[in-house]
Amino acid sequence: MSATQQVLIIEAGRSERHYWRDLWNYRELFFFLAWRDILVRYKQTAIGTMWALGRPLLIMLVFTLVFSKLAKLPSEGVPYPILVFAALLPWQFFASAFSGAGDSLVSNSGMISKVYFPRLVVPAGAVIVSFVDFLISAAILVGLMVWYGFAPSLRMLALPLFVFVVFAAAMGAGLWVAALNVKYRDFRIIVPFMVQFGLYISPVGFSTAIVPEQWRLLYSLNPMVGVIDGFRWAILGGNTQLYWPGFLLSLFLVMVILITGIVYFRKTEKTFADVI
Amino acid sequence: MPSVISAENLSKKYIIGHQKRERYTTLRDVLANGAKRFTNKLFHPFAARANGHTLEEFWALRDVGFDIQQGDRVGIIGRNGAGKSTLLKILSRITEPTSGQARICGRVASLLEVGTGFHPELSGRENIYLNGAILGMSKAEIMRKFDEIVAFAEVERFLDTPVKHYSSGMYVRLAFAVAANLEPEILIVDEVLAVGDAQFQKKCLSKMENAGKEGRTVILVSHSMPTVTSLCGRAILLESGRVVKDGPTSEVVMHYYTSGQSSPASADFSNKYVGDGKVRLLKGGIKNGKGAVALEVGITEPLTVEMIFEVLHDDCVSLVPNFHFYTAGGECAFVSHDTQKHPCQKGKFVSQCYIPANFLNEGGYFVGLAVSSFDAGIEVHFYEKNCLSFNVVDSHNGMVGRPNHSHPIPGVVRPLLDWKLQIL
Repeated sequence: MSATQQVLIIEAGRSERHYWRDLWNYRELFFFLAWRDILVRYKQTAIGTMWALGRPLLIMLVFTLVFSKLAKLPSEGVPYPILVFAALLPWQFFASAFSGAGDSLVSNSGMISKVYFPRLVVPAGAVIVSFVDFLISAAILVGLMVWYGFAPSLRMLALPLFVFVVFAAAMGAGLWVAALNVKYRDFRIIVPFMVQFGLYISPVGFSTAIVPEQWRLLYSLNPMVGVIDGFRWAILGGNTQLYWPGFLLSLFLVMVILITGIVYFRKTEKTFADVI
Repeated sequence: MPSVISAENLSKKYIIGHQKRERYTTLRDVLANGAKRFTNKLFHPFAARANGHTLEEFWALRDVGFDIQQGDRVGIIGRNGAGKSTLLKILSRITEPTSGQARICGRVASLLEVGTGFHPELSGRENIYLNGAILGMSKAEIMRKFDEIVAFAEVERFLDTPVKHYSSGMYVRLAFAVAANLEPEILIVDEVLAVGDAQFQKKCLSKMENAGKEGRTVILVSHSMPTVTSLCGRAILLESGRVVKDGPTSEVVMHYYTSGQSSPASADFSNKYVGDGKVRLLKGGIKNGKGAVALEVGITEPLTVEMIFEVLHDDCVSLVPNFHFYTAGGECAFVSHDTQKHPCQKGKFVSQCYIPANFLNEGGYFVGLAVSSFDAGIEVHFYEKNCLSFNVVDSHNGMVGRPNHSHPIPGVVRPLLDWKLQIL
């Protein structure tokens, strides 16, 4: 036994003093879980990979057809498919992370009721799995840009920052829904509806520029608006403008969701094993 | 020695809702009940708060306390619902206690289930890594142990096959192999040994035994008394969430078996019918050297097992009374029968079996009472298994030469034999 032995005290309501260090100690489990889910996802179905590639492409085609060809919405001077795809990228990531994280705890209930580990690992793993899909989609976007001969500007360098924002949004919302799902088991019925609804109220198929000026700040109450605008601003470059008050409002809301998500998750975490 | 686990007043309360069976709530119910309460309040603002749910508290654990030293192998026994699993879950941090405290020094690995997190689509190799990580091993540790795990599980040839194609035996072996190669300072195990074939079980047991010998602390929950007695030096008996006995395994196991009976050293069957049409059991009892009914008998004391039975017909075959002795662990120690042929007639008989002093080892024993006859094939007139029990105790008075600070001597019997030592 090691001389520097840590004493663990188990007590009611005792918040783990070493929670974040614990989380760090369990980083390997976190990677293994994400790795398992990715492996299973692409192993189980031969069309798993096809699906990851095909789904955003199909949505992009439909949106381009409906919003550009039929509704004749402006495209800010960039090919409409790229306009759509630049928004689809963060939206798809957010949506799949949101629903994936929501299901993650319940579908790993066996593990949760039998083994201790920081529960945060599970929804975080689900977000990582969605992030892999995000990276694949990003590769498609690169392909699209090459196809249209669209050269990105230097703003592209700011993209990681926006990726970080969407990551925070996905994680925060994912933690909320994961914890709520354990407690209220019918929450999972609401999740697909929320995702669908979110797609309509977020500027995925169209540019935010078509929203009247006086409503833009209000529109930015949907944090995905700021995130998507940020993505478009970085990817499309040129004359795309970022509406700063709106973006900052979205950013603030994302942070609120993330922090409250972590707080709520940690508060309910200890009872998961009892109710799951 | 330092205590590695010390628990004080550990309690765990669950709330059981009688309205619904599920442990989780649904949003629908919460909203519906909220609305109901709201309308109730609206229309009857001064009525006492109506509660649709009848909630009942259930204490799965109540003021449980114990100390476990380093290297101890402790068995936790008790009936279903006694709180064993809840205790393990608290110690392994899966759930938190409602009140009380436990201090644990050292790395804990808990094994409440084999194959937690196994995924059927993944290969054996992949599952080893995954399961190892779930049980708290680092990647480097798993890599180091990988060959050992594979050899232990005996699945070399199928390492790259998805485990969904494994037989259930292979699956369980692989799952246990990962767990068995954990090297924590404290190992918490729940009922997982009831898997695999006999040979594999033996392998697992010896692995756990070694864990204890290497100075690791083992806590085992099991329903199998032979497992607990063979593996653990100490046992804790839980009953409805409380510790009712804590001590040497044989004593505790004995207590577990006999709890509920008034006096297990004697039993009266006269008000129920035990037997067939020919012979009927009336009474049984254990008596110590002084002829008194006794639950505890000194190791240096002789004892007598006695039964009273009634023969109902005169034309009976010759009857053979026999006694079956079992250890507290559930293994048969020996069977003894009356070797003399008795002419048999109607009436009540008392049959006695005399067990000499310095014969049985210390520990708990059960006695089954039977009368059979062998004239026309084997015929069992009655057999009451384990209906009597007694405890052989070593008072450490030096008469049997065992110093009281030594460990228990294994074995079913401990006869005092003649020894000689001569200088050559």
